[in-house]
Amino acid sequence: MAHLNGIALIIAAALAFGLGALGLLLWSLGSGQYDDLEGAAERILIDDPDN
Amino acid sequence: MGALSGPADLTDDFSRFVRGKGGVSTLEIAVKGARCANCIAKIEAGVKGIDGVTGARLNLSTGKLVAEWRGARVSPAAVIRRVRDLGYEAQPYDAGETLNAGEKEGRLLLHCLVVAAFGTVFVMGLMDGVWYGGADMSAATRNLFFWLAAAVSVPTTLYASQPFFASAGRALAKRQTNMDVPISLAIVLSLALSLYQATTHGMHAYFDAAVMLAFLLLIGRYLDYLLRNRARGAAQHLVALQSALARRIRPNGHVETIAARELAPGDRVLLASGERAPADGTLEDAGTDADISLVTGESAPVFVERGAPLRAGSVVVGRPVVLAITARTENSLVADLVRLLEAGQQARSVYVRLADRAARAYVPFVTGAASLILLGWLIAGAPVSVAMTNAIAVLIITCPCALGLAVPAVQVVATGRLFNRGLIVKSGDALERLAQIDIAVFDKTGTLTLGAPKLLNAASIPHDVLERAARIARTSRHPLARALALAAGDGPAAANVREVAGAGLEAACEDGAVERLGSAAWCAGQEVSHASELWFRAGTGKPVRFEFRDAVRPDAAEAISALKRLGIGIEMLSGDREAPAAELAHIAGIENWRAGVDPREKAAHISALQAAGHHVLMVGDGLNDAGALALAHVSIAPGTAADASQLAADMVLRGESLMPIAEAIDVACKARRLVLENFALAAVYNLAAVPIAALGLVTPLIAAAAMAASSLVVTLNALRLARGWRT
Repeated sequence: MAHLNGIALIIAAALAFGLGALGLLLWSLGSGQYDDLEGAAERILIDDPDN
Repeated sequence: MGALSGPADLTDDFSRFVRGKGGVSTLEIAVKGARCANCIAKIEAGVKGIDGVTGARLNLSTGKLVAEWRGARVSPAAVIRRVRDLGYEAQPYDAGETLNAGEKEGRLLLHCLVVAAFGTVFVMGLMDGVWYGGADMSAATRNLFFWLAAAVSVPTTLYASQPFFASAGRALAKRQTNMDVPISLAIVLSLALSLYQATTHGMHAYFDAAVMLAFLLLIGRYLDYLLRNRARGAAQHLVALQSALARRIRPNGHVETIAARELAPGDRVLLASGERAPADGTLEDAGTDADISLVTGESAPVFVERGAPLRAGSVVVGRPVVLAITARTENSLVADLVRLLEAGQQARSVYVRLADRAARAYVPFVTGAASLILLGWLIAGAPVSVAMTNAIAVLIITCPCALGLAVPAVQVVATGRLFNRGLIVKSGDALERLAQIDIAVFDKTGTLTLGAPKLLNAASIPHDVLERAARIARTSRHPLARALALAAGDGPAAANVREVAGAGLEAACEDGAVERLGSAAWCAGQEVSHASELWFRAGTGKPVRFEFRDAVRPDAAEAISALKRLGIGIEMLSGDREAPAAELAHIAGIENWRAGVDPREKAAHISALQAAGHHVLMVGDGLNDAGALALAHVSIAPGTAADASQLAADMVLRGESLMPIAEAIDVACKARRLVLENFALAAVYNLAAVPIAALGLVTPLIAAAAMAASSLVVTLNALRLARGWRT
């Protein structure tokens, strides 16, 4: 039975990682991080420390 | 030179664009002209510098600025004025329109794609374990794997397949079929059968096939969406053109600012130089020069006499006037053009895409084959589960993944190629339509010509005279004066300039002499052609004539002859007068042309041609072309065109050259051939795969591999279009 417990653990961990990554990606999409890719590329050139 | 650039239109009427939520007010502004980091920094810092504004963020991709403040302390007009003062065009943006149907569709597709990708990777990991090691597994372990796969794939597949279910549902409700019907059927049935297999401890489940099917198809769908969405941003500007404000003169003489749509016939409106007429009306006190290019396409400003009608959309370039309104804005010309545009777009949406036409033949074939196979196995005495498995195997193996990718893959490659050559393609199916055209109709001003007058006789004018005339010209917004200033280059502008309506400008020099720039009568010259000349006279000296003409695009004749070689009939429809139209038709080599055509006649001519069985390509730039552009089978607008025309057109030229039009037709024909080849490849694949699947010889692993291989072949075939064009 020992090897089955190992598999169960690995599958559970993989599922958790996968769901975590999915959640992060959906969150980043929802929070508008991909809404302005052009602007993001230009913004690194702005010197203002506030930005 | 925005239509709303005068200071008087900036009143608190913009408050209807402000959204309040939890004490925070937000205003969205469409900003035009921002291109770089510098613009972002300048605009954001400028708006944040307004007392009370807590946040400002400019989206460079969409050109949308969001400003935030607490309470009602900030006037929205002040925010807009600040952006305009920084040198950018700014219009309030109706937040109700922002999340329009298109953006919502894209967001849903992306979410579905992401969820399907997750499901595919996870479920494939589980199921591959069963396929490779299933024989060595205990039934309990295999069942655990199946149930885990079910727990992940059922929700992810059902979520990710929403677009297919919705589309199939809409088609079925209209008693039609499309690609999404067999796709939905295959997804639902394979999930159902897999669940059945898992509950009955069977060996074969299709959990991974279902979710992978959704994933592969969603890639094609999302590519297709990106293509269609590319130029959507222009939409807001047409609305902005209509939501303009007007300065109404009350009976007691006071001037108030109201929304243009509240104007009623009988109202009197003050129009300063540079302002656009908000509705149709007649000039009350005096005549003025007006730029009516938006309405008729005529390039030179015309003098509109006292009492004569001025159409909505015309820009006053001479002295300020009072306009007596004769029609409500919704009955005015601009509104007419918008209606023409909408009607045209509806007419075009009837067009059936190649893929959907293929689906009409394909769907009955696939569903018919699957049900025959189900019946055949049942009659042959096989158990229900075996018969169902084989029928579903047919559905999956014939599932149009390859077809779903075939068309977008070709279109993405073709549009990428055309983009590099200076043509932006707004929708993929425009290429399919472009491959069919047999007549090309051109507008004149701004399409075959560059749309701006150029000084013709600069060489014969002494340099110092040109420079002195240019000093006066730099103070004016009149198109001919601007062309003169452009020809002379940068330099100082004259001080003490007086403008006399309908005549010209007068500058008092330091030495007391008077210099005049304007009409022939104003400068004591002999008038040759009122619309295309300016005169200059220093004191009592000899008047000098400046001659202007709208320059022909450098490669117009070359592009026309290239189109003729492709066997396409050429016509020209111009809103301009007879003489300039005839001259231009001769230069460009166009035999069929008509002058003095108004927007409705243009649209009617296009309809008549199409009714006669022709497929018409319309190339035009002005708002007066928008209706015809929307109505034509395919339409192209130059990048300098009015926003409404760029919006109505399927493709937009990026540079001054017209040659990409001929190349686009060539690419479109090649793309069409590749799409047909892809359909043939998919058909051959299906003809081979269906019998094998029907005989029950296909394991899910082979089905998945065959599906992936057919998609790969189709994509590689599409890439052939990209080969050999970097010359």
